[in-house]
Amino acid sequence: MGQAKKFMYINRHAPCGTAYAVEGLEVVLIGAAFEQDVCMAFIGDGVFQLKQDQDTADTGMKNFSPAYRALGDYEVNRLYVERESLQERGLTEEDLMPLTWEDEDDDWAEKPSIHVVDRTQLSDLIEEQDIILNF
Amino acid sequence: MLHTVNKSPFESSSLKTCLSLAKRDSDVLLIEDGVYGALSGSAHTSWVAEVLGEVRVYALEPDLKARGLSKDKLIPGIEAVSYDGFVELACVNDKIQNWL
Amino acid sequence: MKFSVMVNEGPYTHQAADSAYQFISAALEAGHEIFRVFFYHDGVNNGTRLTTPPQDDRHIVNRWSELATEHDLDMVVCVAAAQRRGIVDSDEAKRNGKDSDNIAPGFRISGLGQLIEAGIESDRLLVFGD
Repeated sequence: MGQAKKFMYINRHAPCGTAYAVEGLEVVLIGAAFEQDVCMAFIGDGVFQLKQDQDTADTGMKNFSPAYRALGDYEVNRLYVERESLQERGLTEEDLMPLTWEDEDDDWAEKPSIHVVDRTQLSDLIEEQDIILNF
Repeated sequence: MLHTVNKSPFESSSLKTCLSLAKRDSDVLLIEDGVYGALSGSAHTSWVAEVLGEVRVYALEPDLKARGLSKDKLIPGIEAVSYDGFVELACVNDKIQNWL
Repeated sequence: MKFSVMVNEGPYTHQAADSAYQFISAALEAGHEIFRVFFYHDGVNNGTRLTTPPQDDRHIVNRWSELATEHDLDMVVCVAAAQRRGIVDSDEAKRNGKDSDNIAPGFRISGLGQLIEAGIESDRLLVFGD
């Protein structure tokens, strides 16, 4: 298949109000089997997808937030969260789910998957990608 | 990189987000309701016009015409292109980011 | 150039299906190749053969089927999104105990891997959505 391409999945929708977040996550998880270089970015309302303590019971909708914890097992361990988007929404990194992955090159040390980056860093990251999909 | 934006700046932050993250020398193509971002004399004109020195902004002509927007209504410096022009922009740019 | 296109919205409610169709037509006209058209989210609704739009408006589904026939396009509807929204071919109908199928000519149902493959194999991947 040649050299792995760099895929970035940009998430800009909040969870629940639309299906873009959950169906976007399905693309990421299934795409992980293709051994490409995958990362995710959360911008704007997309940062809400990673909010802790989501409980959909009273809405009758399925709670998909636990599925984000599987990303580390699928080697999707770079989740870039835009700092400005968090700040605009009155959130800090502590409000987000503590998502981690195990680094087999470092004695399976558990490391955080979420990286809060500012807009300039995110712009640089986007520019590095081969394929960018928005959800 | 070619960025496309399909949302009106009056409805969505997509254009603002796109322009805040697009690198110098990118191509930005406004399509569908995104063409409203090309209008002169609007509440968004000044900040859109400001980026024209850094990125090239285009508006898809069939979408302008469909919405009754003539080329003289556009911010000076924004070029109207056809679908052929859209295809061309997709070819000359190595990468594409479609902001939704 | 080898293009793939992703369509994320259904016919009529959003312009996405129209924009995608116009882009693809222009690309084909210019001599480019379309590797795959992949329908996801509500985009799978482009693949039902049961629409009856007004006669004086474009028939979006038939337009896709005709384009696929004329240019031998690979038009894929995502199975997971299709199951949720009731776009069914005869195999899916049998598998899931449905009393009929509704997939339009020229479309096939397959997995999300087809989207990733399209990204890997194409020179450019464009997304039309909301």
